[in-house]
Amino acid sequence: MARTSERLTRRDWFVWGGFAVVLIVAPLLWRSSFAQTMLSQIGIAIIACLAYNILLGQGGMLSFGHAVYSGLGSFIAIHALNLTSKGQLAIPASLLPLVGGIAGLFFAAILGYVTTKKSGTTFAMITLGIGELVASMSLMIPEFFGGEGGIQGNRVFGKPVLGITFGPQIQVYYLIALYCFISTAAMYALTRTPLGRMLNAVRDNPERVEFVGYSTQHVRYLAFMISGFFAGVAGGLGALNFEIVTAEVVGAARSGAYLFFVFLGGAAFFFGPIIIGAVLLVIALVLLSELTKAWLLYLGIVFLIMVMYAPGGIASLIMMNLRVAVFGKLNRLWRHYIPLAVAGLVALAGAAAMIEMVYQLQLNEALGPEMQFLGLTLDAKGIASWLGSLLVLAVGVALFEWLRRGFSREWNRIQEEIANEIAQREAAA
Amino acid sequence: MSAAGSEFAVELRDVRKSFGKTEIIRGTSLGVKAGERVAIIGPNGAGKSTLFNLISGRFGPSSGEIRLRGERIDGKPPYEIARRGLARSFQVSNLFTRLSVFENVRCAVLYSMGYRYAFWRFLADLRDANERAEQVIAMIKLERRRDHLAMNLTYAEQRALEIGITIAGGADVILLDEPTAGMSRSETARFVDLIRDVTVGKTLLTVEHDMGVVFGLADKIAVLVYGEVIAFDTPGAVRANARVQEAYLGSVLAQGH
Repeated sequence: MARTSERLTRRDWFVWGGFAVVLIVAPLLWRSSFAQTMLSQIGIAIIACLAYNILLGQGGMLSFGHAVYSGLGSFIAIHALNLTSKGQLAIPASLLPLVGGIAGLFFAAILGYVTTKKSGTTFAMITLGIGELVASMSLMIPEFFGGEGGIQGNRVFGKPVLGITFGPQIQVYYLIALYCFISTAAMYALTRTPLGRMLNAVRDNPERVEFVGYSTQHVRYLAFMISGFFAGVAGGLGALNFEIVTAEVVGAARSGAYLFFVFLGGAAFFFGPIIIGAVLLVIALVLLSELTKAWLLYLGIVFLIMVMYAPGGIASLIMMNLRVAVFGKLNRLWRHYIPLAVAGLVALAGAAAMIEMVYQLQLNEALGPEMQFLGLTLDAKGIASWLGSLLVLAVGVALFEWLRRGFSREWNRIQEEIANEIAQREAAA
Repeated sequence: MSAAGSEFAVELRDVRKSFGKTEIIRGTSLGVKAGERVAIIGPNGAGKSTLFNLISGRFGPSSGEIRLRGERIDGKPPYEIARRGLARSFQVSNLFTRLSVFENVRCAVLYSMGYRYAFWRFLADLRDANERAEQVIAMIKLERRRDHLAMNLTYAEQRALEIGITIAGGADVILLDEPTAGMSRSETARFVDLIRDVTVGKTLLTVEHDMGVVFGLADKIAVLVYGEVIAFDTPGAVRANARVQEAYLGSVLAQGH
């Protein structure tokens, strides 16, 4: 059996090099200002999601209030920015994310001390309570949180250094990309240290950890502070990027978004929160909300389906298929995936038509019952439109279920073959 | 009494433990000298596992003193007791299920080798810890399963890993709670040899039901009945003890053990 190598292999260098290249090249390929805004937000979201996953994926801590640390990081950073603009502080803009990080670390050290005393459900409840506490404080202390309007800042101040003013979005993007790369590398490095491994042990079996000499509470507390630091870095970058920080950055909705997208990406894998979690988070928040008013409903449905059928997130789906590919059997699955995707899209079109018609009736009443959907004109009050949508949905679902059974049989057959091959290899070794 | 304290590796003085109104351990006293191998036997519900839980810090005693090499450890959390060189195994395997065999063992050596909560060093660079982990895996004969997840091991392999985690940190006082529970006869025989090998030179306390294992492993036997030690002596003397015969051993021997 091949030993799992712990040092950086050539493949690791390739992956990290590729990551750096993507960060550098992305804004050169998508040059519109909208794309730059999106990419900047994705970079920030990657740091925030990875920071959250130190708790959820690495340490088995379900937090409902992690926006507290990214959010307070944002506020401290924007106050530091404004003080510097007024000449009362001298912090270059490029270091403001670090100010946010230190703020996140500071608050995680204080609030996390209470939070990490407990694990499991109690831990989750305390994070929820602290999240609500900070969110309600944002209404009570408008001097710090800026009330309804939030706190505004201007990231362009002082003399440009090497011609960098952080005025143009592209300059901010590259600062974000730099922080994103370093933070990702640092958080990955953490998983390969004694603390990182003991954090996994605490996740798997906190009781046994205590009997090999470790205080589980101390392990959780240290991890919580590290997570708070990186959340704060993300918050500080957010302040610099948007030049405005409102109370919603510490709110429950933001905390929920971290949980939601890290779960969707796949908490069990280091890269899960990056490629899918963070990228989806931004695309969903920015694009989907432009596309439809019912976007939250769609997200909810996706979440339900994922929890029920793929609790390991998209990363685990990828890894399972990668395993099949390693054994050279992936080509047998493609003939299932393509029809499945088509059937899924048909079902989605039917369901979406009905959801959009409901929204048309409820929210767009002034516009009348007629609406455009996928190039068709639907009448939200017409029987034909409803029956047609229902029919499309029913056909899609029936087709999907029929195809799924065939796929499921093939999938099980392949898994069995792989298990046999492994057993044979081990017997031969 | 500090001179008397250092005479024993583990010493219990009038230890009591109640859960609600029920007193499980009723004034147990016991002194185990360094290097002794003691089996604790007794009928079901006698409080054997509770006694282990008290010594290893899973709960604190209601009253009484527990000393490790003369130092009071009663009421201390498990990790502090573990750091002083007392390790225990569990009756039901208590592993890091989603980590590999190697990672399981390495987790058990990190603290005692001084790496503690380090997040500024890479595991790959800790040569002594990695070598020690490999050594322990060789001792428990799980080399071929090194990179398998603990949850994918067979029952006997999990029991071996349970022992491996217990001894990995180099503790000199080892508590094994029914190490051979649920094993077949041939597995048990092999396992007793393994336990003897990995605990050479250490102070050993085991809870056991299998009399073959007890007589094979122990220099001394403590008989616990209803939370009290009614005899503590060499196997031969305990076998001959009339009170033990009456309370416990007679019936067990009569059942053909």
